[in-house]
Amino acid sequence: MPKVIKLKKGLDIRLKGKAEKVLVKSGLAKKFALKPTDFHNIRPKLIHKEGETVKVGTPLFYDKYNPRILFTSPVSGKITAVNRGERRRIEEIVIETGKDLLYEKFGSADPSSLKREEIVEKLLQSGVWPFIRQRPYGIIARPDETPRDIFISAFDTAPLAPDYDFLMKGFGNEFQAGVDVLAKLTKGEVHLGINSGYPSDVFTKTKKVTIHRFSGSHPAGNVGVHIHHIAPVHKNGVVWYVNPQDVVIIGRLFLKGVFDASRIVALTGSEVLKPRYYKTYMGASVSGMVKDNVTEGVKHRYISGNVLTGSRMAADGYIGFYDSHVTVIPEGDHYQFMGWAMPNLHKFSSSRAFFSWLMPGKEYRLDTNYNGGERAFVMSGELEKVLPMNLLPEHLIKAIMIEDIDSMENLGIYEVVEEDLALCEFVCTSKIELQHILRHGIETMIKETS
Amino acid sequence: MQSLRQFLDRIKPNFQKGGKLHMFESTFEGFETFLFVPNKVTDRGAHIRDATDMKRTMILVVIAAIPTLLFGMWNVGYQHFLATGYEGTFWEAFLFGLSKVLPIIIVTYASGLIVEFAFAQIRGEEINEGFLVTGILIPLITPVTIPLWMVSVGTVFAVIIGKEIFGGTGMNILNPAITARAFMFFAYPARFSGDFVWISGLPEGEGIIDGFSGATPLANAAIGNIEAIPPVMDMIIGTIPGSIGETSFLAILLGALILVITGVGSLKIILSVFAGGMAMGLLLNAFAVSPLMEIPAWHHLVMGGFAFGAVYMATDPVSASRTETGKYIYGFLIGFLAILIRVLNPAFPEGMLLAILFMNVFAPLIDYNVVKANVKRRIKRAEMVGQHAKTMK
Repeated sequence: MPKVIKLKKGLDIRLKGKAEKVLVKSGLAKKFALKPTDFHNIRPKLIHKEGETVKVGTPLFYDKYNPRILFTSPVSGKITAVNRGERRRIEEIVIETGKDLLYEKFGSADPSSLKREEIVEKLLQSGVWPFIRQRPYGIIARPDETPRDIFISAFDTAPLAPDYDFLMKGFGNEFQAGVDVLAKLTKGEVHLGINSGYPSDVFTKTKKVTIHRFSGSHPAGNVGVHIHHIAPVHKNGVVWYVNPQDVVIIGRLFLKGVFDASRIVALTGSEVLKPRYYKTYMGASVSGMVKDNVTEGVKHRYISGNVLTGSRMAADGYIGFYDSHVTVIPEGDHYQFMGWAMPNLHKFSSSRAFFSWLMPGKEYRLDTNYNGGERAFVMSGELEKVLPMNLLPEHLIKAIMIEDIDSMENLGIYEVVEEDLALCEFVCTSKIELQHILRHGIETMIKETS
Repeated sequence: MQSLRQFLDRIKPNFQKGGKLHMFESTFEGFETFLFVPNKVTDRGAHIRDATDMKRTMILVVIAAIPTLLFGMWNVGYQHFLATGYEGTFWEAFLFGLSKVLPIIIVTYASGLIVEFAFAQIRGEEINEGFLVTGILIPLITPVTIPLWMVSVGTVFAVIIGKEIFGGTGMNILNPAITARAFMFFAYPARFSGDFVWISGLPEGEGIIDGFSGATPLANAAIGNIEAIPPVMDMIIGTIPGSIGETSFLAILLGALILVITGVGSLKIILSVFAGGMAMGLLLNAFAVSPLMEIPAWHHLVMGGFAFGAVYMATDPVSASRTETGKYIYGFLIGFLAILIRVLNPAFPEGMLLAILFMNVFAPLIDYNVVKANVKRRIKRAEMVGQHAKTMK
């Protein structure tokens, strides 16, 4: 038996609306968008303006701090809008596609015959570079750095998360090609964290990777948890990580010579009538998927990603750069009479203050209500219970609140990003916005150390 | 409920900024959120949140305290009837106790909440629920004969000095209920010691049977009057004189079950306190040179306020150790010190009170060291990984 890293801490939130393993190959969505807000710590500078036509792989903007990093169009067509938010921050660059996709040619190549710099250049030019992110901080990797190791998590344990085995079926070749590319980027190893329960062949047969098996509840699938248990990062050293579907996109770039951002997306959530998988491209508008496919008579919350870490979007919003998951849940903007005293059998709690612990099989339809008001930390030990890492989340958060850089460093700010503390935020009795505070802490660290 | 909600929505603007009653905004908000869980939705971060909140958590502690409260009410009547030689029924005893205890509860809540509401308004914050618990615990650890004004002064002192000056619930160093008890104990010692204060009617001395002693088991133990200590079964059931809620070990055990099952109280702390008390008890037995030191170790655990303190006071998460390892140390030392003080310093038969206060102050130090150990361990591991990576190259 191969060694399994068993994680005992964590929590599976059982939600209604898991995607049925049916792949819908509906026609191409009309509108797509690239959202600079999906990336941390960049300052987008537009290259093409509204009204111009672009091909797949044409750069739309670059990062002012790091001009080599280009962000390219996932589809071909015409830029119909550049939507800006507060302080004219660019939020969405919308592209309307034509009938067929026209590709920029980057040329296919065998990664083993290329030098490392040539590979990096190709990844940068084609716009697939931003798929590679780094820890510490969860920001886009720096092209001039060499990571200690590269990590890929081959499963997602978040609520209603897509089944990666289903997403990756038939993409073994592309995945292997992507891994070959990544292997050239590090002097260390490419670590592949797989689910010990039912690992699919796509992953177990991959070469040039070190396989690690994990078992446990969410966040057992988080790459940060894997890094922590395999080879943690501290002050010195940087590791990179990539999502499996994005490894496939990297693989295709070298096999086919184009930026083929096609992707399978899971549409899930209690408000979706037929939760299924959809074949589309990165940044697709969800309006086509959810049309006539959501419940009526309720206000909806559309989320690109999962309910814990995803970003809020409009009903006709666009799927995020790193997301292969869309969730639709009801809004919770209603009052509940004496709610704190009611039995509340329809509500889910990780604490035993409610009865959900007596109904282990029940699936819940949860809304976006806060279920209470924000308070100072009172309960202790509840955050640790859902974080399978050897660090003290409450103390880390307090260090960030008082902006104590040394303590932040010592308490593990290099090891976590928002998704790792998302469950802590969910269970927090005091309703403290841990993810937001953590990002603030990370931004402080970046500022202080650069 | 719809009409109540509409009523609240209609009067709400008066309390908001610019409204006539703005000075009562926090008060209004406190009542509003008491009646209705707000309609606030998640904006950033996790889109769904756990059903639990501070109100639910605090109310569970109050529920857990109810067995001791009900038993205490009955016991107040029962003890009074014993002292006066009256043969009362169960309900007579309970109603008598109710009439004595209810005023104390009402005065505690009224004085504490006024201070809470005032501070919340000054700070522009929402009302914290912490006082819901403090307000029920203070009456439970006072003698039933306490004058009401004293309850009020003690409560106000505890809320201001024990909590609000540190920043309110969650920021306090000392457990507020224990602070109130300690304040009253040291400010008005005559009302908290002696043989007369524990039984209603005894201080006035009217109608008391000749030779009746209202001494608590601990008081008897402290003066070496070992024969007068009631049978241990009485101490477990609780039909003895003492503070209102602390006499019945069984009722406290029931409360402990509620706290532990709901996860609100830390089992780690409760068990550690008992382990610490047992350890010190056995140690004293081994070196016994006085009758007090010979009392079987486990008897200490059911005597006086030990069990009550372990279950309801030591488990207060804010003033306790906040790290999991720290909780063992914190709890153990409370039990250890409580019995030490109780036995070796007869001036303070109730060592539990002082032991908890003492460890409240030391909890941050315990945490500091636990956190330091965690940091050390993690850095060491990271360095090993770094070394390993270097040798690979």
